[in-house]
Amino acid sequence: MKDEVITREERVANLKGMGCSRKRVEDARFTQGKGNYVDDIKLDGMLFGDFVRSPYAHAKITNIDTAAALEVPGVLAVLTAKDLEPLGLHWMPTLAGDKQMVLADGKVLFQGQEVAFVVAEDRYAAADGIEAVEVEYEELEVLIDPFKSMQSDVVLREDTVDENGKPMDGAHGPRTHHNHIFTWEAGDKDPTFEVIDSAEVVAEETMYYHRTHPCPLETCGCVASMDKVNGKLTLWGTFQAPHAIRTVVSLISGIEEHNIRVISPDIGGGFGNKVGAYPGYVCSVVASIVTGKPVKWIEDRMDNLMTTAFARDYWMKGRISATKDGKITGLHCHVTADHGGFDACADPTKFPAGFMNICTGSYDIPTAYLEVDGVYTNKAPGGVSYRCSFRVTEAVYFIERMIEVLAIELNMDAAELRRINFIKKEQFPYTAALGWEYDSGDYHTAWDKALKAVDYEGLRAEQAQRIEDFKAGKTRSLMGIGLSFFTEIVGAGPVKNCDILGLGMFDSCEIRIHPTGSAIARLGTISQGQGHATTFAQILASEIGLPADSITIEEGDTDTAPYGLGTYGSRSTPVAGAATAMAGRKIRAKAQMIAAYLLEVHDDDVEFDVDRFVVKGAPERFKTMKEIAFAAYNQAIPGIEPGLEAVSYYDPPNMTYPFGAYVCVMDIDVDTGVTDIRRFYALDDCGTRINPMVIEGQVHGGLTEALAVALGQEIAYDEMGNVKTGTLMDFFLPTAWEVPNYETDHTVTPSPHHPIGAKGVGESPHVGGVPCFSNAVQDAFRAFGLRHTNMPHDHWRIWKTANELGLHG
Amino acid sequence: MSSKKHYSITVNGKQEEFLAEPRELLIYTLRERLNITGPHIGCETSHCGACTVTIDGKSVKACTMFVAQADGKYVTTIEGIGGLDDLHPLQNAFKEHHGLQCGYCTPGMITRATKLLEENPNPTEEEIRFGMAGNICRCTGYQNIVKSIQAAAAEMNAAKEAAE
Ligand code: FES
Ligand code: FES
Repeated sequence: MKDEVITREERVANLKGMGCSRKRVEDARFTQGKGNYVDDIKLDGMLFGDFVRSPYAHAKITNIDTAAALEVPGVLAVLTAKDLEPLGLHWMPTLAGDKQMVLADGKVLFQGQEVAFVVAEDRYAAADGIEAVEVEYEELEVLIDPFKSMQSDVVLREDTVDENGKPMDGAHGPRTHHNHIFTWEAGDKDPTFEVIDSAEVVAEETMYYHRTHPCPLETCGCVASMDKVNGKLTLWGTFQAPHAIRTVVSLISGIEEHNIRVISPDIGGGFGNKVGAYPGYVCSVVASIVTGKPVKWIEDRMDNLMTTAFARDYWMKGRISATKDGKITGLHCHVTADHGGFDACADPTKFPAGFMNICTGSYDIPTAYLEVDGVYTNKAPGGVSYRCSFRVTEAVYFIERMIEVLAIELNMDAAELRRINFIKKEQFPYTAALGWEYDSGDYHTAWDKALKAVDYEGLRAEQAQRIEDFKAGKTRSLMGIGLSFFTEIVGAGPVKNCDILGLGMFDSCEIRIHPTGSAIARLGTISQGQGHATTFAQILASEIGLPADSITIEEGDTDTAPYGLGTYGSRSTPVAGAATAMAGRKIRAKAQMIAAYLLEVHDDDVEFDVDRFVVKGAPERFKTMKEIAFAAYNQAIPGIEPGLEAVSYYDPPNMTYPFGAYVCVMDIDVDTGVTDIRRFYALDDCGTRINPMVIEGQVHGGLTEALAVALGQEIAYDEMGNVKTGTLMDFFLPTAWEVPNYETDHTVTPSPHHPIGAKGVGESPHVGGVPCFSNAVQDAFRAFGLRHTNMPHDHWRIWKTANELGLHG
Repeated sequence: MSSKKHYSITVNGKQEEFLAEPRELLIYTLRERLNITGPHIGCETSHCGACTVTIDGKSVKACTMFVAQADGKYVTTIEGIGGLDDLHPLQNAFKEHHGLQCGYCTPGMITRATKLLEENPNPTEEEIRFGMAGNICRCTGYQNIVKSIQAAAAEMNAAKEAAE
């Protein structure tokens, strides 16, 4: 077809740019079983490493005997802390400014802790070797409860006290006790207390956001290959932040960074589990150096749930004050944060409690104060952002529960209480009492749309009838209406306040346009299912006027991709997406000069139109981007370098603040505690929408992970520190059978500071979903006197709640 | 090693003969011995379905079967279901309806779905949700997986009708 007969609409459609539901380019390989995940990697002579793990939660190690293990056929080496110590690798730094044992150094602090690393020809031989390692333990008193830990004489970490046993300062300031890690504060204490103490109405509540785990379907793992001849180390692994991993490996191993190549192949889901650096990576690298062979380490599911990256575990105590008619005046939150044996949270360095200080939520709360105390216990380290931006999930759960409790205190409808306290559209940009500047929002519009869509009044009338019927003995089922309105804070972040181990949290994109008008773009992020190869090509297609189908997106190889901080905390679109747009604009600027030269007019006389530059006022005179690309390589243009490439490192001026309004309708069988989610409506505002199909998929997935956390998923310990939920038998992952159909909806409030107005969406449904499911359960019992009950709301706990409320007669 | 025994398994139509320890799990035989890496490992305890294959006409979790138990049997993995030139309607439908994200569950999911549609060519949504409950997906929330299976069923039924 001749170009001229194509309409402008067709030209736009051909690009498959922003706003269209482009089908994913990743899917062909995955649906045919041709993905390339880390465990699919097979190298010549590759060995397999696996850990001897501690059965005890707290114990001294008096002896490790590896002799018998070394006799096991196929076993080549057994590493212990003694072997790593001369290299200075028996401990490693955590992302939170603490340090962590790579292999047990004289003692263990949690069940499942890495004690020795057995290297063998295959995983069966490694398993046999593990059986043969003899470790002698001397059990110590176990501290599982953070409150008891803060009272106990038992010193969990000898490195927290000086020679007189006095607690020394930690990475984030003074310790008040030897098992205390830090105190972190935001807001104004005295003014907040004054407001609350003199308020007309005050609601108080303590809630526990239980420990859980991101549990991606693929566990963590790596393959390390040290090429001693060239001095090059290649490390493949399930890394959500490959560049940061390269820097960390360089810093702790002493291998120069240019001699390390980190590659993240296809990743089978991350959800925060794959951000941190784990002992398995370090041991694989050392084992490869020692044996001269490639070494693979892959966690099994039990290792995964017990040791790498728990999430949450926050005890939150809140006070919220208001006037008699419901205008909120102040908020106080105290958190006791259980970090386990090492503080290995994956938060920006200056935020030891992540962005918990977004806990004033979507409301115009004039005074607030937050205080977080981190505590060591005998549990696994972690504290990662499970499908969430650095503790936002905890913050949103806290405020959305406090609102419900305040509504009970005021005897008010919780939807109305939210409405009268929302930050108003005209107040944006809005500076919250705890410091953040919300970039944009239109909460009232979203809320009204949501309530109307579900016929909120009708639902309340139905609920009232149900309560009457229940009291009259006509039904044993109650109905809960769960509400939540959340504001996320994502896109970390501005280098001025966000860094990890001193690395600024910018991100990057590098574009090369090929002579025939196709392109490759490389980014500092890495997809784990988000579909970057599809969506980033769409951003670029709209920016540079070449079809998305002609643009390859590549991520995850530190030798080829520009430096970036990786994919988590919904930062890819806000940061790397912005870098992509900015790099695209650099391409366009050069293309404009080339077009003007070709069209023999001044630079200012041409303008960009979809896929071409046209002479202003004479649209029949144009050069397509394809023609311009070719000219960039085949003509000597005075004053312009050949080629068409650009790179952008984007340091965002602010975070982005996606928001949303969710409603859940649930029936609960009072006699069995069984819940039935009848309806779930999710309205998301993530600013400009790049690919509606992908957004909807993210919302479905995030809501399902929220359902899991709210209704049953937890990492539970017994008094002795044994993990009670270490397999998928006990750790709840919903199947198709438990999950409802979701109704999705949206409003669009573009971010004013983001080049394309996008805000990120991957985590919103999880952040907003957890309180929504939980509020539905609690709302069902509100009429019977329930104020608050802790998650996870599994059938047994719901039954207990009903029983305690006297509903079983 | 002396504990190795001789086995013969037909995988995706190709007969494979090898020596292995009887305790080897079939999933490792496939993935590491035969380099068939489509089926994945998510738990090794029969809960997640990432390792689902078809053995003698039944859906089986390959992490729960010793190689010794698979001796003499016919195994189909995602690689045997459809490739570049002969994509199975399910493979198309999963792409069309965004039935996957990270793709890790997908081979097991599609392999299971082929059996489900053989057992029941016209499943209701409930039957799909029940019939797929042995396969866990952490990314999609299942809604689009259900949609994909419904679409493939419709396409397969239409093709069957046209052929009759
Ligand atoms: S790996 Fe076989 S069911 Fe999970
Ligand atoms: S697509 Fe990731 S587990 Fe299903």
